[in-house]
Amino acid sequence: MRRCEYRELGRVRYRQACELQRRLVERRKAQEIPDQLLFLEHPHVITLGRNAQPENIVAEEDVLRRAGVEVCETDRGGDVTYHGPGQLIGYPILDLGAWKRDVAAYVGALEETIIGALAEFGVAAHREPGMRGVWTKNGKIAAIGVHISRWVTSHGFALNVTTDLDYFRFIVPCGLTKPVTSMEREGAQTGCSDVAAALVRHFGRVFECEMVLGERTEEMAS
Amino acid sequence: MIDVIMPQMGESITEGTLTRWLKQAGDRVERDEPLFEISTDKVDTEIPAPAAGVLKEVLVKEGDTVAINTVVARIEEEGGAAAGPKAEEAETAPAEPAVTVPAAAEAPAAEAPASEPQAPAAVAEAKAVEAGAPPEAPARGEVKGPISPLVRRLAREHNLDLSLIKGTGAGGRITKQDVEAYLAERKAASMGAARAAAPAAEAAPAAGVEKVEPVEPAGAPKIRVEAMSTMRQKIAEHMVYSKRTSAHVTTVHRADVTKIVKLRNALKGQFQERYGFSLTYMPFFTRAAAQALREFPLVNASIDGTNIVYHNEIHIGIAVALDNGLIVPVIRHADALSIVGLQRAIVDLAGRARAKKLKPDEVQGGTFSITNFGSFGSLFATPVINQPNVAILGVGAITKEPVVTADDAIAIRSVCFLSLTFDHRLIDGALADQFTSRVKEILEDWDEKVL
Repeated sequence: MRRCEYRELGRVRYRQACELQRRLVERRKAQEIPDQLLFLEHPHVITLGRNAQPENIVAEEDVLRRAGVEVCETDRGGDVTYHGPGQLIGYPILDLGAWKRDVAAYVGALEETIIGALAEFGVAAHREPGMRGVWTKNGKIAAIGVHISRWVTSHGFALNVTTDLDYFRFIVPCGLTKPVTSMEREGAQTGCSDVAAALVRHFGRVFECEMVLGERTEEMAS
Repeated sequence: MIDVIMPQMGESITEGTLTRWLKQAGDRVERDEPLFEISTDKVDTEIPAPAAGVLKEVLVKEGDTVAINTVVARIEEEGGAAAGPKAEEAETAPAEPAVTVPAAAEAPAAEAPASEPQAPAAVAEAKAVEAGAPPEAPARGEVKGPISPLVRRLAREHNLDLSLIKGTGAGGRITKQDVEAYLAERKAASMGAARAAAPAAEAAPAAGVEKVEPVEPAGAPKIRVEAMSTMRQKIAEHMVYSKRTSAHVTTVHRADVTKIVKLRNALKGQFQERYGFSLTYMPFFTRAAAQALREFPLVNASIDGTNIVYHNEIHIGIAVALDNGLIVPVIRHADALSIVGLQRAIVDLAGRARAKKLKPDEVQGGTFSITNFGSFGSLFATPVINQPNVAILGVGAITKEPVVTADDAIAIRSVCFLSLTFDHRLIDGALADQFTSRVKEILEDWDEKVL
């Protein structure tokens, strides 16, 4: 059975997390390490994907500064999104060559993992046809954005646990996107750690791998 | 030549969007070096070059979506084991203009990019091409510092090679101003070149390529493909989402607004003088709707699963047309505002909407919406509900019409159509018509002072 190391890194700045992922991806490509699953939270940050249009940040610069929100460009695809405390981030560094060379299947498996974990907390979630991410009847609860290089994945998913959803207003243009929600708003009383534990179980089930708690090496702590 | 194809990223995946070229035509590439990026379904993937050589032809533009196995580029191999010089040297090779040959219809199905080395004949051809190129041909080279999405977008829009632009930002970073300056310069240069005219132009075609605005050839392409702006995508998404969510039904009533037209005509000069902005009809419709909403709270509600959420506050969204889109800023507590207050709010919100200066909470939390397509001459339309509202009022153009009055006379009156689109999941036709009748009644029997 394939092995996947998971770690909880606590709160990590966005740029730092990108740098860490970049190093792990290189080591994964070189087959120096097994698959990895990182759990963390980011301080308030708005990230712009490759094709993001800066005007989709609707808040004025000084509003963001006063709210303590950083703005970062990233090599992830897609548009603008928000990350912040209370949102559990999962970054799997997987070699899909050893699983399935299928990006749609990969994203689908991430969704299944999240839906399974949410069910443990009594939150009924589902996929929306034609859209990615995980949804409840009240809105989007988890977002997915992935980067793949030679079938090694980086970036991943962001699940709103107790996220202050007000921050999403900074980036929602025209109120045209669908609403966002969180586990808290769905009535689940829990925290990121418990949710991470549930995600680990479901990740192992869906990806058919043995989940092993990884050591906190210096690299991870940096 | 080796064909580079759009790979299949999964069983169910039939197409991919080419989001970014990491190499430009003319660049040397190593085998397995990332060549371009594609996006499929929230996943961005770097695709490596299937072989080493020179990227000769780029057949698919950034932003284009093509079927799997479509040839997106061609690489000319540099024969044998010659690992060859690295990037720096390769950059002196001619930068060929992107060839806009339509992508070959059907490339042979293959699981992975083809990587068989090809006949050495190609090599000789490559050398010949290189030898014939003018040495000063511009190269698509390295760009200093990170590139902001704004600059990247400008470069894409104007088809610019960023390596030709001198950056004046921090660390040589290219700013928006740098791009604008370059564009202005280029425009001036191309105008000058046009005047200097013929003989020189023929001598150095490659050098001119970057300088001259592209001109459509005689047999111009029949279509032009352009990526939607993000706002456009959001609008598209929202419209379809709304249509899928609500059971849209539209009812149309005709209102006689002669009284309001007269009132406005009598007051508009004075109003403008006193408040510094003009008096339109919108505040009258908004006021009438707000009053009617208070009497019919179900029209001001929304649906949450199997619950009905009644909003005790009335926040009315006003659709504002932008150059290339639409936004719905919200007048909060619209029922608490007078005509002057409403007009002031509309002027303020619409102005800032067009200037993109709205704050996030100013486009959120609406409980009902109004759209004034009449200002574009439409008599009546069937608007799409602005989720999570359950109704939207559309106001048609005010026209003068012969009308049969209550005492059977024919009179010239100012009339307009009011169309209410409502969500039949929650609101039945009778209620929708009661509500719209009430709006009509308030407008027809207007008795509120304006000034």
